[in-house]
Amino acid sequence: MKLIHLIPLISLAAAAYAAPETFDFKDPKGVNNAVFKLDAPLESINGSASGISGTVSFDPENPAATTGKIIVATESLTVPNPLQKEHMHSANWLDAAKYPEITFEAKSFANVTTATNVTTADVTGTFTLHGVSKGMTAPVSLTYLKDKLGDRLPNLKGDLLVIRAHFSINREDFNIQKGQNLDKVSTNIDLTLNIAGACAR
Amino acid sequence: MKKILQLLAVLVLVAAGATWLATGAHVGWTKISRPNGTLDEVTGIVDQTPVPCFVAGVDFLGASAMVAGLLAGASLFFRNKKTNTTKN
Repeated sequence: MKLIHLIPLISLAAAAYAAPETFDFKDPKGVNNAVFKLDAPLESINGSASGISGTVSFDPENPAATTGKIIVATESLTVPNPLQKEHMHSANWLDAAKYPEITFEAKSFANVTTATNVTTADVTGTFTLHGVSKGMTAPVSLTYLKDKLGDRLPNLKGDLLVIRAHFSINREDFNIQKGQNLDKVSTNIDLTLNIAGACAR
Repeated sequence: MKKILQLLAVLVLVAAGATWLATGAHVGWTKISRPNGTLDEVTGIVDQTPVPCFVAGVDFLGASAMVAGLLAGASLFFRNKKTNTTKN
């Protein structure tokens, strides 16, 4: 076999090696979470959501090309007070029955810096809540844990990608009680996302 | 009956106060869960899954005071038990 015949094979192998990995964020351990916090009289409301799914395509050789979509099940949002939780899911607030998903779809990354296995960047994408989609940019960190899937889920081999993000939204931008209950629930909501995705081999 | 209702009102107040103190004298709303808080050592993510945990808040105290007030109020509809007096 001539060397020239090997070139396509070598190119194909190189392309396969450099191909982005697709990480699945449906965590079998149920640890993935989104935490939200907003001011209210008496005490701030702190809650979390655990119904997280979605996929992210990540290339450790080219983190700036990362794309993907993270989905949070509205029904999984919870707060420690049962009455507040009931109100939050009701048609007056998030309307979980009509809008069962909260999503963020990453479109582009900017200001990308990578140190060892941690990449920080500003991700721009579309955030959808309560049926309203809005473009936004948020700081994000991506930690690539090569060959660590087995440490978390025995009998599986592969990589992990941990995504952390912290950003704020205004509930009025998403038509949630617009202009109402301003004295009871703050319009500003702090969101923190801590999620790990798996790419099995 | 009057005495029983009044005693119940006091008991409700005392029990509510004791529960509130025992669960941390929380000055916010009543909570029935708290975050798990376990650290996933591989990913470094802290588990926020809610686990059952009762923490009485000021709404619990208020509701208890209302029940105690209703019991005490209801006791007003009953007359004091007449005591038999004998004349010599």
